[in-house]
Amino acid sequence: MADGCLQFENADMDVTGGRRKKRARRKTEHSVEEEVNMARESNMAVPEFLRQAELLKQGAEARVYRAEFLGTPTIVKERFPKRYRHPALDDKLTHRRTVQEVRAILRCRRAGISAPVVYFVDYTCHCIFLEDIVGSSTVRDYIASAQQSDSCKELTLQRLAERVGQVLAKMHDEDVIHGDLTTSNMLLRPSPEGGESDLVLIDFGLSYISALPEDKGVDLYVLEKAFLSTHPNTEELFEKLLKSYTASSKKSSAVIKKLDEVRLRGRKRSMVG
Amino acid sequence: MTVVIGFEGSANKIGIGIIRDGEVLSNPRRTYITPPGQGFLPSDTARHHRAVILTVLKEALEQAGLKPADIDCVAYTKGPGMGAPLVTVALVARTVSQLWGKPLLGVNHCIGHIEMGRLITKANNPTVLYVSGGNTQVIAYSERRYRIFGETIDIAVGNCLDRFARVIKISNDPSPGYNIEQMAKKGSQYVELPYTVKGMDVSFSGILSYIEDAAHKMLSSGQCTAEDLCFSLQETLFSMLVEITERAMAHCGSQEVLIVGGVGCNLRLQEMMGVMCKERGAKLFATDERFCIDNGAMIAQAGWEMFRSGRVTELEDSWITQRYRTDEVEVTWRD
Repeated sequence: MADGCLQFENADMDVTGGRRKKRARRKTEHSVEEEVNMARESNMAVPEFLRQAELLKQGAEARVYRAEFLGTPTIVKERFPKRYRHPALDDKLTHRRTVQEVRAILRCRRAGISAPVVYFVDYTCHCIFLEDIVGSSTVRDYIASAQQSDSCKELTLQRLAERVGQVLAKMHDEDVIHGDLTTSNMLLRPSPEGGESDLVLIDFGLSYISALPEDKGVDLYVLEKAFLSTHPNTEELFEKLLKSYTASSKKSSAVIKKLDEVRLRGRKRSMVG
Repeated sequence: MTVVIGFEGSANKIGIGIIRDGEVLSNPRRTYITPPGQGFLPSDTARHHRAVILTVLKEALEQAGLKPADIDCVAYTKGPGMGAPLVTVALVARTVSQLWGKPLLGVNHCIGHIEMGRLITKANNPTVLYVSGGNTQVIAYSERRYRIFGETIDIAVGNCLDRFARVIKISNDPSPGYNIEQMAKKGSQYVELPYTVKGMDVSFSGILSYIEDAAHKMLSSGQCTAEDLCFSLQETLFSMLVEITERAMAHCGSQEVLIVGGVGCNLRLQEMMGVMCKERGAKLFATDERFCIDNGAMIAQAGWEMFRSGRVTELEDSWITQRYRTDEVEVTWRD
């Protein structure tokens, strides 16, 4: 991994997620307006770059590309303008979402949670350049294939659930709400030494910072709904995940209490008309 | 040939409609309109409905050119909605069902909207945005249920609009939402408001309290006009609705959107949804105010589907309920 030669904003080049001093932000040297104007004049580079990149998918929120950036496999997430919105609203929202996503990833990484490295952020065209986790598979695929094969995999699934619970506990203790927890948003990156694979969280597009047990409880509820609908007959496995979460988190009791409330609630409220 | 009569009165509209095999034979309706600055209370609304319901019933039969003997089934709104008005209408439905000797069917109001939307627009399997004064849900059909993918976690979008209309004291005739829409057309300044989308869900009570506060401050200081606030509120609320609809579409891989419910009449909402659909290559379906706004025919249509799949409601089960989730109903008429 190249070190020191990249001078971009918010770049965190330490793969192991250890604590690094944040580089001085360019934004403090100029006003935001000056910055944006300067960038707009010179920055046709990113759209040009994307024209040659491979479009992986177009979601509701952003387009995702695969490319090579300074010799490194990179994923580029582009939040494109939504024409149905009022331009002032669209600008503000897209900017805020980009910032929130980057902030959440960095906060996770600084706490030692595996997430893609942020190489570069372009705030004029709202593109985030992220580490491409090459050779990884989703937790979703792992569970699906483990369920199909013989029963020896039972222990590895239990171990996986335990690890997921631990990672989520750590994330919530950092007051990061992922916002879109599913087994497709968790990757297993094979370890180069051949040991246990690395559990990496991705897709922080809906994430935000919150200390409220309610928000954390809802975060887990989202995962539970996604987990149980994608992987049938895994209630016990998910219970194991929650037990591991409870044991690993310092603030878990309030969160689990809220999770139980949300489960029962089913959003029953008075509806009129 | 199956003829169903539907009774609807869960909020301030009382409507009775007759449907024969997908054809709307009649659909008269009355609206209880309160003075500017006031909302409608359950007891007053029920009183209004009681006063006009028999007249509307007569109109429905006359306009359809039918007699009670021609009816096969009496459908009514079981819920959700306001208690007193629901009871008023259910009472009449139960009475005529016994008088005419016809089976009774309790219908879910939200499903009434969906089935009417499907009938009128002929949409195949759309992602449904149901938006009204009482409900805001994003619904998609899956395995015998209308599943709720996203919804409001507090008040409905129409409720937010109606309550804002009260603050700026605009007329409730024909509806507060319609008048906000007309005023918004004259607005030009975009005022920034909170934007609260939480994944697939939305929240409106924060925006409401913010704009109620802003209305008092900004209008007295002359910073902006009431038209500007109407414009900004619509832009913000509708962007949120389009966003959660788009998320549900991406999740389900759907290429069709159907907007139902009173707020669905709003042309700006339809316009914005249209832009989103065009960019995704999806198709937008919407109905006009005859069917968007609560009406009896939609209850008749849902009742028609249910009746033909073999459902009836026994008298002892013909109660009403204020809370009735869309996904509680087993959709036996679709596979």
